[in-house]
Amino acid sequence: MQFFGGSEISPSPPVPTASGNNGHMIYMFNRNGVCLLYREWNPPLRTLNAQQDHKLMFGLLFSLKSLTVKMDPTSAEKGNLGVPQLPGQGCSFHSFRTNTYKLSFMESPSGIKIILVTHPRTGDLWDSLKYIYNLYVEYVVKNPLYTPGSPIRCQLFNTTLDQYMRGIA
Amino acid sequence: MAAAIYSLYIINKSGGLIYYKDYGSAGRMDTNDSLRVASLWHSMHAISQQLSPVSGCSGIELLQADTFDLHCYQSLTGTKFFVVCEPGTQHMESLLKYIYELYTDYVLKNPFYEMEMPIRCELFDINLTQAVQKDRVAFLGR
Repeated sequence: MQFFGGSEISPSPPVPTASGNNGHMIYMFNRNGVCLLYREWNPPLRTLNAQQDHKLMFGLLFSLKSLTVKMDPTSAEKGNLGVPQLPGQGCSFHSFRTNTYKLSFMESPSGIKIILVTHPRTGDLWDSLKYIYNLYVEYVVKNPLYTPGSPIRCQLFNTTLDQYMRGIA
Repeated sequence: MAAAIYSLYIINKSGGLIYYKDYGSAGRMDTNDSLRVASLWHSMHAISQQLSPVSGCSGIELLQADTFDLHCYQSLTGTKFFVVCEPGTQHMESLLKYIYELYTDYVLKNPFYEMEMPIRCELFDINLTQAVQKDRVAFLGR
């Protein structure tokens, strides 16, 4: 898979291209659906409470993944719709765009899902998502006080992430 | 330049599949599966509108996956036209709008066609095939 291409521990961040006002929200989920992180930069329109919003987002991603596996035009052999897929198995989507936002998605081999909601004209954010995953590894996973599977409360991770997001989107 | 369209779906405003045409993908689906996929897409389209950080969202227009792109066009009446194509295919939006025109001309104006029912109009099929093939030839000719 594309994941283990680089051998550096912390690759240099992708070149900032935009004005700094386009990023809306980021979600991170683990394999079991626990929302590890939710941050927002431009205050979004809120119609649901936080718990429902996370569940809706996770459910949307789960269903979209089973949809893309089923709709994959290059593979003839597919399972049934709705069967949970392992990370990396089958065709996965990496972004979708509506008229008001663009959602970029990445799943690591360990099942950590990173979702970025940005302005619709944002380009491909694959490198940014990889960089955010590396930030997660450096600041969260290697933090001895962090228990895997619990929401992230690492201040350094939050500040670095905010700084990075302001730079790229 | 790759411009292969793999398949086309049309779903009515309640989410039921009214037209499905496969143009040669390895993942051709049988009727039941295509019905399920269409309803699933209808629901995903609706949920994506709820998750929008800004108001006024009209649903997913483009979904990019590893091996295909999915372009969706929703008419003002709620009928959705979506096409599965190779990643990076250009001009799918104009093709979808053209297919919508064909739909209004050959399906809606057909007095024997019942609304929201599966489409069984020969002229629609013929013109649709011409439209899709024309795009193929035009792109390959570049």
